[in-house]
Amino acid sequence: PPASAAAGDDRGIEKILVANRGEIACRVMRTARRLGIGTVAVYSDADSAALHVKSADEAVRIGPPPARASYLNASAIIKAALETGAQAIHPGYGFLSESADFAQLCETEGLIFIGPPASAIRDMGDKSASKRIMGAAGVPLVPGYHGDNQDINFLKLEAEKIGYPILIKPTHGGGGKQGSLYCGIPLGIDERYITHPRHVEVQAVGYYSAGTVEFIMDTISGEFYFMEMNTRLQVEHPVTEMIVGQDLVEWQIRVANGEHLPLVQEQVPLNGHSFEARIYAENVPKGFLPATGMLHHYRPVPVSPTVRVETGVEEGNTVSMHYDPMIAKLVVWGENRHAALGKLKNCLTNFQVAGLPTNIAFLHMLSNHWAFDKGLVETHFIEHFKADFFPDEVPVETDVAAKLSATIVAACICEMDYTTLRKTIPGGNSLLPLWYSQPPFRMHHAAKRMIELEWDKELTGSFPMTLKLVITYQPDGSYFIEIGDSDSPGLEVKIMHARDRDYKVDVNGLQSNVTLAIYSKERSKHIQVWHGKHHYHFRQTVRLEQYNDDGLEHKNDFQASSHPKGSVLAPMAGLVVKVVLENGSFVDEGQPVLVLEAMKMEHVVKSPRAGYVNGLQVAAGQQVFDTTVLFNIKVN
Amino acid sequence: ARRSWRQLERRHHQAAMPFCSAVLPDGIDRSSEAFACSSAAVQDLISQLQSNIRQVLGGGGPRAVERNRSRNKLLPRERIDRMIDPGSSFLELSQLAGFDLYEESLPSGGIITGIGPVHGRLCMFVANDPTVKGGTYYPITVKKHLRAQEIAAECKLPCIYLVDSGGANLPRQADVFPDRDNFGRIFYNQAKMSAEGIPQIALVLGSCTAGGAYIPAMADESVIVKGNGTIFLAGPPLVKAATGEEVSAEDLGGASMHCKISGVSDHFATDEIHGLTIGRNIVKNLYMAGRGENSPPSNSSSYEDPLYDEKELTSIAPVDQKQPFDIRSIIARIVDGSEFDEFKKYYGMTLVTGFARIYGQSVGIIGNNGILFTESALKGSHFIELCAQRNIPLIFLQNITGFMVGSKSEASGIAKAGAKMVMAVSCSKVPKITIIVGGSFGAGNYGMCGRAYSPNFLFMWPTAKISVMGGNQAAGVLAQIERSNKKRQGIEWSKEEEDKFKSKVVEGYDREASPYFSTARLWDDGIIHPSDTRKVIGLCLSASIKPHPEDTKYGVFRM
Repeated sequence: PPASAAAGDDRGIEKILVANRGEIACRVMRTARRLGIGTVAVYSDADSAALHVKSADEAVRIGPPPARASYLNASAIIKAALETGAQAIHPGYGFLSESADFAQLCETEGLIFIGPPASAIRDMGDKSASKRIMGAAGVPLVPGYHGDNQDINFLKLEAEKIGYPILIKPTHGGGGKQGSLYCGIPLGIDERYITHPRHVEVQAVGYYSAGTVEFIMDTISGEFYFMEMNTRLQVEHPVTEMIVGQDLVEWQIRVANGEHLPLVQEQVPLNGHSFEARIYAENVPKGFLPATGMLHHYRPVPVSPTVRVETGVEEGNTVSMHYDPMIAKLVVWGENRHAALGKLKNCLTNFQVAGLPTNIAFLHMLSNHWAFDKGLVETHFIEHFKADFFPDEVPVETDVAAKLSATIVAACICEMDYTTLRKTIPGGNSLLPLWYSQPPFRMHHAAKRMIELEWDKELTGSFPMTLKLVITYQPDGSYFIEIGDSDSPGLEVKIMHARDRDYKVDVNGLQSNVTLAIYSKERSKHIQVWHGKHHYHFRQTVRLEQYNDDGLEHKNDFQASSHPKGSVLAPMAGLVVKVVLENGSFVDEGQPVLVLEAMKMEHVVKSPRAGYVNGLQVAAGQQVFDTTVLFNIKVN
Repeated sequence: ARRSWRQLERRHHQAAMPFCSAVLPDGIDRSSEAFACSSAAVQDLISQLQSNIRQVLGGGGPRAVERNRSRNKLLPRERIDRMIDPGSSFLELSQLAGFDLYEESLPSGGIITGIGPVHGRLCMFVANDPTVKGGTYYPITVKKHLRAQEIAAECKLPCIYLVDSGGANLPRQADVFPDRDNFGRIFYNQAKMSAEGIPQIALVLGSCTAGGAYIPAMADESVIVKGNGTIFLAGPPLVKAATGEEVSAEDLGGASMHCKISGVSDHFATDEIHGLTIGRNIVKNLYMAGRGENSPPSNSSSYEDPLYDEKELTSIAPVDQKQPFDIRSIIARIVDGSEFDEFKKYYGMTLVTGFARIYGQSVGIIGNNGILFTESALKGSHFIELCAQRNIPLIFLQNITGFMVGSKSEASGIAKAGAKMVMAVSCSKVPKITIIVGGSFGAGNYGMCGRAYSPNFLFMWPTAKISVMGGNQAAGVLAQIERSNKKRQGIEWSKEEEDKFKSKVVEGYDREASPYFSTARLWDDGIIHPSDTRKVIGLCLSASIKPHPEDTKYGVFRM
């Protein structure tokens, strides 16, 4: 029976509270608005100016930044719904979306929970139970034991029946990073371990709401088995939407409103092919560790009927350590896989984010990989082609393109300096602008300028390469740019047009559009450049103006190299949740010393070598930053 | 395209307003043989100039430059490039100082000087070139340093000393050390300028030994670079010889010691780039009341380019002093819109005077169009007084063979008239800029604001010739004297001997009248490319304009 009946209200849903944040909150509100339904956002203190708050008709504060106190605070959310007069709550994915208790609470308070009833969530959330139900319905299951008997000897016998290797899993879990942290009931299920699996998900909307059925496919045998069912909108639901041409959130709302599904399964069209790329703030070479920071420059690709960008952030926003560091979902559609992949690559090329490390370059590389092109995808794909994705040496063509980028950047910097200097000429001398003419005057020779750029080889994680660019100002206002210590001939660069961050640049007669993002971070000026299919990241050490010259004790304290050997720096900003050892304890190499929680994940900080723990000053509950020295391991 | 549009617009304006400023005619006959000859001859002179410049831009040669680089040091011009606002202009002075002056070559006199903006404020830079004789001071080095200080004092420009010098050149100490305008004067100037509120900033980027130690010590603020910068009265070898103490250069006078203990330096720089950056910061934080700080950005006043191509100045420059040309064809290529409002156009016509604008700045221009007569000198004096009264800077375009001689001229009181002009030039307190485009002979040099009359800046074209009189005239005079001497002694002087005597005099005069002879000795601030004239005058004006004009007081004019 439709949920609205329970609410005892036949006016239908006129206002929805979205109990989530980020892109999914924005996405749900967009559909709601299209359907003429009012929207209420909830927000933590960290999100008071977030895009999802701006997108809503009303917004209610629900608590401090930690999710436990805000987006998982069921009573505060219910209160917000009641106060604003929302009849329904859409939970999005993650957070409370698979909480049977929350669904139950909504029901009790007379609010429509846009999702299945509490009992269904409970059944499907319990992996053993869900497998029993699916098994009974004749869906193939991975050979395994899904019963309640947790006796170790009994499980051993079961394992032998299944055949090794086997996998032991908790009965609750899944649902991306947001889900995994807050569930976890310690019951194990044992399954055969499929060595080359591929994940297959099917998103569906039924009478109660949306759900996703996850299957696992053995890429060797081609067999597939039911894995689990998620009783919510899936993160990847836009892929389904692109192919079927439907709005699943609309369907959810309609179903919740007691309406019938607009189409029956036979009427659902399946057209073309779609890809979704999730753009994350993360540090790819450091093992895809989540990253934080400010979006100094954010230009997603323009949307079209075949390109969707689901985002919950804007330029100037900060990706904090409190929540999932996803920046956007890029969804593309093409008539076939090949066309869709081409579009994906093109969009990734033009998706501009600067200010924090992202996985865009990695995604781009991945989508360009021959095996991906052939569709040879399985869950160990990255691991398998590691050497391709993380080469020790930068390929020659990358090197050449980086130097071209640096050359363009140098010309743009010169042009920018020229414009800004002319704008800030002090008064009192009407002839002063003469000193800032283009080209600058020199007696009997051309003015030259040197710009040093450090090329940040994002993916290889190797040492940055310093490029010394020598710019010679030409009489016609163009720049002749050579790279020091390089045998490549100089290039003639002319800035045809400049506006804000966008430039039209002519390099030896070839014109192209260039975008430059410039921001300061960690005492360096960062310059990211996009031109053609290239994107590079350079740094200029800011010794200028704000450099603190406390010379006599001068040390680059932000560089790990300046710390004594054996020092361990926090890998990222986060909270110390547990300190395993104390000062003076002996450790082996790789032994855990403390545990850090950041970005909703725990990170075990291990000893880099055998020795004695020394200088450990942090305690559980303490906030650390990504340059904090946590401890030191002394050999003696 | 822009120019032709302007021309069209101008014609339109003229049609509408027939009494607006006078636009000078082109003044060049491009089809004439003289034009072609002159163009080719000047081109040769310019090629020679450029090859001389290329030589000095290389500093002390590849090996010395390499050694400098290996110490993590930039060359002096690179240092300046890094200190001035990025991509801004730099007006270098006397690049050819010391050219062919000593037996050994001394590129640019071993020191680079010039004006450039730092955070929008014009500064005078004085940078030792350590690749040239270790940056030691030759007599000409001292002279160039003092000249830079003189300009700075006159124009009230903060001085930035980029110090990297071994001090006085010991073998030449007699010509460097004791006299009034020798080494000691550098510190005297620093003290006087500091007292006047003209900031004195020293960046110690290399050694700064003996007398050189006083440059940072006398500065208002100083910076020293760790490792490379040292300041001491005597280096480790001399200390060992004098007292037996053994000490490293860094401990004796390094950055750490001077910033931590002695207080001789104020700012500690970890490397050279850092030091230059601190230098920029010091300038940023200068506050000089009355220099127009904190006033809103100047709206770059709109002005028009000259109607005629500035590049054609190279074809106008006279190679042969005997060929007359109209100075107005030069003015037409220097002033805004080629507009020139002449003063007393039909009186004393061998001197052209009038008002114009250069990059929007009003100027009075005085140019020679022939020999100075009594009337021309009176006209010149009148015009100079006029400009001083109105606080209008003066531009002198010199091409003068001298004042008219002969009985008629003397009777007209030409000495009196010339004296009036000299009096007016000497006393008027407006910025003065002199460009010697051709000849600069005799008292003409004086009346037209030669070096002795302290113009704020004096530049020459490669076509310039300076001497007390022409070589032939001098030879004639000297030969007459010689002949009467010989006659008194009863010695026969053959025609051949006389010709030989004369040609020797002419040769000597020619050599000494050359702009290279002049510029090597710092009788000027440099030889410029004729096409750069407008630009250079503009930059000089910009550096010379005073916010508070001074009143002019003249002496007694002989009437």
